[in-house]
Amino acid sequence: MTRAALSALWSFWRRNPLQLFTLVAGLALATALWSGVQALNAEARSSYDAAAAVLGEGRYDQLVPRSGETIPQETWLTLRRAGWQAGPVLEGRLRAGETSVRIVGLDPLTMPGGAGPVTQAGDAPLATFLREGTLFAHPEVAGALTAALPRPVVADPGLAPGTAITDIGVAQEILNRPGALSRLVLAETQPLGRPPLAEIAPELVRQTSRQSADIGQLTDSFHLNLTAFGLLSFAVGLFIVHGAIGLAFEQRRPMVRTLRTLGLPLGRLIALMAAELAAIALVAGGIGVALGYALAASLLPNVAATLEGLYGAQVSGALSLRPAWWLSGLGIALLGTALAASGAFWRIARMPVLAGGGRRAVALPAGRRHGRQAALAVALMAATPLVLWVADGLVAGFVALGALLLGAALALPPLLDRALALGARWARGVRAEWFWADTRQQLPGLSLALMALLLAMAANVGVSTMVSSFRLTFTGFLDQRLTAELYVETESAAERAALRTLAAREARALLPVLTVETRLAGRRAQLRGLRVGPTYSENWTFLAREGAVWDRVAAGEAVIVNEQLARRADLWPGATLELAPGRSLPVAGVAGDYGNPLGQVIVGEALFRDLFPEETATRFGLRTETPQALRTALVEEAGLDPGQITDQSALKAFSLEVFDRTFTVTAALNVLTLAVAGFAMLMSLLTLAGMRVPQLAPAWALGVTRRTLGRLELLRAGVLAGLTAAAAAPLGLALAWMLLAVVNVEAFGWRLPMFLFPLDYARLGLLALAAALAAAAWPALRLARTPPSALLKVFANEA
Amino acid sequence: MLLEVDGLTKSYAGPEGPVEVLRGVDLALDAGRTLALTGDSGSGKSTLLHLIAGLDTAEAGRIRLDGAEVTALDDAGCAALRRGRVGIVFQQFNLIPSLDVAANIAFQARLAGRHEPERDARLAGALGLTPHLAKYPEQLSGGQQQRVAIARTLAARPKLVLADEPTGNLDETTSGAVLEEMLALVAETGAALLMVTHSEALAARMERRLHLSRGRLA
Amino acid sequence: MRHETLLALTALLAAPLPAGAQGFAGMGTDAEGFATPAPDPRFEFPADHGAHPDYRIEWWYLTANLEGPEGTAYGLQWTLFRSALAPGEAEGWESPQIWFAHAAVTTPEAHHAAERFARGGTGQAGVRPDPFAAWIDDWRMAGESFDDLTLRATGPEFAYEVELTAEGPLVFHGDGGYSVKSEAGQASYYYSQPFYRAAGTLTLPGGEVAVTGSAWLDREWSSQPLAADQTGWDWFSLTFESGAKLMAFQLRQTDGGTFASGTWIAPDGTTEALGDGALTATPLEETQVAGRMVPTRWRLEVPARDVAVTVAALNPRSWMDTSVPYWEGPVRVAGSHAGRGYLEMTGYE
Repeated sequence: MTRAALSALWSFWRRNPLQLFTLVAGLALATALWSGVQALNAEARSSYDAAAAVLGEGRYDQLVPRSGETIPQETWLTLRRAGWQAGPVLEGRLRAGETSVRIVGLDPLTMPGGAGPVTQAGDAPLATFLREGTLFAHPEVAGALTAALPRPVVADPGLAPGTAITDIGVAQEILNRPGALSRLVLAETQPLGRPPLAEIAPELVRQTSRQSADIGQLTDSFHLNLTAFGLLSFAVGLFIVHGAIGLAFEQRRPMVRTLRTLGLPLGRLIALMAAELAAIALVAGGIGVALGYALAASLLPNVAATLEGLYGAQVSGALSLRPAWWLSGLGIALLGTALAASGAFWRIARMPVLAGGGRRAVALPAGRRHGRQAALAVALMAATPLVLWVADGLVAGFVALGALLLGAALALPPLLDRALALGARWARGVRAEWFWADTRQQLPGLSLALMALLLAMAANVGVSTMVSSFRLTFTGFLDQRLTAELYVETESAAERAALRTLAAREARALLPVLTVETRLAGRRAQLRGLRVGPTYSENWTFLAREGAVWDRVAAGEAVIVNEQLARRADLWPGATLELAPGRSLPVAGVAGDYGNPLGQVIVGEALFRDLFPEETATRFGLRTETPQALRTALVEEAGLDPGQITDQSALKAFSLEVFDRTFTVTAALNVLTLAVAGFAMLMSLLTLAGMRVPQLAPAWALGVTRRTLGRLELLRAGVLAGLTAAAAAPLGLALAWMLLAVVNVEAFGWRLPMFLFPLDYARLGLLALAAALAAAAWPALRLARTPPSALLKVFANEA
Repeated sequence: MLLEVDGLTKSYAGPEGPVEVLRGVDLALDAGRTLALTGDSGSGKSTLLHLIAGLDTAEAGRIRLDGAEVTALDDAGCAALRRGRVGIVFQQFNLIPSLDVAANIAFQARLAGRHEPERDARLAGALGLTPHLAKYPEQLSGGQQQRVAIARTLAARPKLVLADEPTGNLDETTSGAVLEEMLALVAETGAALLMVTHSEALAARMERRLHLSRGRLA
Repeated sequence: MRHETLLALTALLAAPLPAGAQGFAGMGTDAEGFATPAPDPRFEFPADHGAHPDYRIEWWYLTANLEGPEGTAYGLQWTLFRSALAPGEAEGWESPQIWFAHAAVTTPEAHHAAERFARGGTGQAGVRPDPFAAWIDDWRMAGESFDDLTLRATGPEFAYEVELTAEGPLVFHGDGGYSVKSEAGQASYYYSQPFYRAAGTLTLPGGEVAVTGSAWLDREWSSQPLAADQTGWDWFSLTFESGAKLMAFQLRQTDGGTFASGTWIAPDGTTEALGDGALTATPLEETQVAGRMVPTRWRLEVPARDVAVTVAALNPRSWMDTSVPYWEGPVRVAGSHAGRGYLEMTGYE
């Protein structure tokens, strides 16, 4: 029985391959977009991590020499024998032919946490690393190294550009620095009872990992937003799937009735149809994951490492796929299909045996359904602010987002209907009137495709806004927080004196970094003292401010709080904060502080020293036009070690490069999402094409040429797409606003400011129009070439 | 007794309250016999047929078919009954458009799990369908489509064939030919036949006839 | 016969670095270029207390049963392993010798463990026979002689320093220190000093505890310790109230069978080897620890010595969450003989 029924069900797809194609392609594209965004996410993440991960920079504290370039290996040994868990690193430059390679030598046995570069260097067996003297090199320099050294070299795209990693012994040999180390990486957990550093190795300085850790939360927020857009892209694809399934089920109603009258139980029938759809979903999902792979591979430079992580392909050659990732792709395809098909199944389950023999007309007369749909849309959109008002949390944020999008999508057909009615009223001439009326009649058949277009457009507007706003905020934040060109870490009063002397002569300004952790407004928070000057007043922007913020702070009359604290303790300009018993000051400004988990209060330097007289600044920012010269002077004249000086331009440049890469991918995703929406439109138009002939025949008979009919079809698609694009722009902005201002606040406690990019939106609108016109081109051409006999048949049948 | 119907009552919701379509219908049919059910439009002929086939449910009364209490069966039971013991020939053929003629003929027998390809071939031959086996329903004339429906029903070897205006969609000449072929084949298979028709001529071809009027049999 | 840990590291070295426990397959491989133990060994002390770099694996394995001032029982472990990537020693980073160590303190409620890694040749870890010193980083077992040692180790949440004084002779297992590990003839050199008196201080999250008790040091080296079909083992070192001691182990095979062996040690240090079949160990109760079931109560029988005892873990959660994980902790003995000791179990995946 099952086989007979299955063959009957399957025969439908065999006889309607276009519908099967629509379904599979829609689902595959949806899954591919989702996978592509995941890949993008992973790529961005790995780019951030690549620099930091080399030698656990940013993750682990390090010991560096107080003066000079190297640490004697005996010092490391002394530290180990005293219990200090530290891994030795020797770093140096090696000339290999024309290029200079950064050689990093390390000891895999004592490197902290196993998160060091050995795991970075792929799955190098420890024995290979230790015994064969292998170098793991970035592909760009692997060739040069192979030519220059009589040693095995393995290319590894997971490494930072220009870098090669090898065993510490090998590094000492090829750099010709026996017994020398550059720095020691400290494990996060250290055993009890170690003697203090100053006692056993006073010549070393501990460098904390603080700076780079700060951007972690900021990037997490970025990834959360991208994930939301991944889901949205998937939703666009689901509209196609929903449309395809709905159409197929409508057309199969007579078959369902026949199968049941012939004795197939309803439960079995539904189970079989579900199994059939599940099989299709699995195939489409598989194609989608593979497409996502191709998408990622073609979009992202240096993607091998990412793909390795995502798809589990191993460098060793044996391709073993990571099941979890594939399963999640297939799972989301199945889930999406279930979602898209639930309505169709529900109708079949409730359908009496004898009902549903006749097909429900695919294109219902416009108007009647719109009332109910509009009411539902209004209810959903009204629910959006209600949800935000009543509930808190990330889930509420996403629920509200979902309600807004669904509501907007449902509102589209009634809105378009109104707009077209308006057009009809202003139309002059019989042909124009007929055009508007006919367009209106087409609306129900195209509404699903138009909803997909709406969501695709909105997603694109949203993603552009989000990514661009993020970039502006991020670079602005970097400018604001890393204002000084150089940062110097000092270890002694003598060094500080030397620094002051030199800075007075060579630098534009010397800015002490004064920070203590304390309790403020009833919670753990940082108090920061700033030497107020043009550095801050020119670079800082405030989310909220009152009066001359910097003057008031400099005079010790007011404080600045960071956004986190402002939100958590409700401290906005005008509120008062108690800094110490009996010492309260008003809040003058609120500043963004992206990525800081703690609240922060900023006061003037004088007030800070007053409150914490025992705190000495050990870290200083230096403003200068000539950072290189100043750096040299600091080392040569003030006797500082290069390890104590941080050049902030490197961090900035790296961050911006990551963004540029992200932008390329975002642009490509925009095109793809619109292509998917265009595909939905093409499929709808093709489905409608058969029904169009009887509708158009009278117009043809009355003297409209087939060419004109074809042109009008194209124009119709353009008008509908244009109207949809007009509706999508505000929706996309609302979407971006909710992600930046609602979801982000719920997830991280701070809000990303939103910037508008009208030119981008205009470009996106044109792109959407182009997609719609491209989709309409073929159906229009087919119409223009309909043989007159086919048109004549319409009248013959009617007779 | 193959089929027994006792006191069957059924009504539908109408614009001015419920309309009683059947009011206590009694009926009996022996294995291998034929019976015509006539009546005006709306007299409830089709409703009675649907109730017997388990496609619809009655308010009161009972139907026994081949020892089974149809009125007491659940949805799955009714489906099993239709699969195994009843064959229905509809006015609008109800073929599966995406399957070819051969697959359509074999379909119900395969559902019931007793498919015999030789029997299909014999039926197709008797009904003149052999040249059309690879065609799809949309490529056939109305008469040919109804022949396919008849072949499908008889291929499953039902004990009772229910026919609802089987020739209602056909022109007169075709109608006569199809009917003759159907009667001959039903007699050959030994199935009982209950045919709903509004045509006196058709009814006269059956062994017995009952007239349904105002929801009662006469 | 201990510590597949070491063996697992051998496997680890042939496998990707982050692989963790690789199981025990492949440990019974051939000894490429390594020396192999031969029957009738002639030990030379103190030289043989030191390292034997021509053999693939070696360990200095100390366990102690201790008691605090209020009678609370504690267990302590200090182990230094040597695993060679190639035979012999070389200077500096070229050394093929890998050293690693485990230290643990077990209380009835908690189990603290730490591990260390080092390469030979740099001085970060090593063993010197005379005066004896075994060390890795700040962990040390050293003294004027092998009979008089100071032991210390530190971890993120514990530390200890204990004095060890031998009150009996060295004990040689198997045939004069040649210990057979499988029917196929895999073997190791294996001797112990089970007569240490121990006294010292444990530093625990709750503060310092003065402890006294007894300790047992195992010395073993080999190059091919396991047969291919052996999956793991259960190892017991028990000290009875009568003064007698028992070392017993069984190697579990893939076919479900076992190879069991042991040594009966009289209070004066005289020994009797117990061959395969002379003893049986049967699990009585399992505990779920680190996501797997591990037997933590055993029935141990040596019919020839009228031993029929129950061995129960002081803390069933004595799981060594090290790179190569295993179970190791103090036990209490009841039944025909009362006493205490240590249990080690490996290969429970």
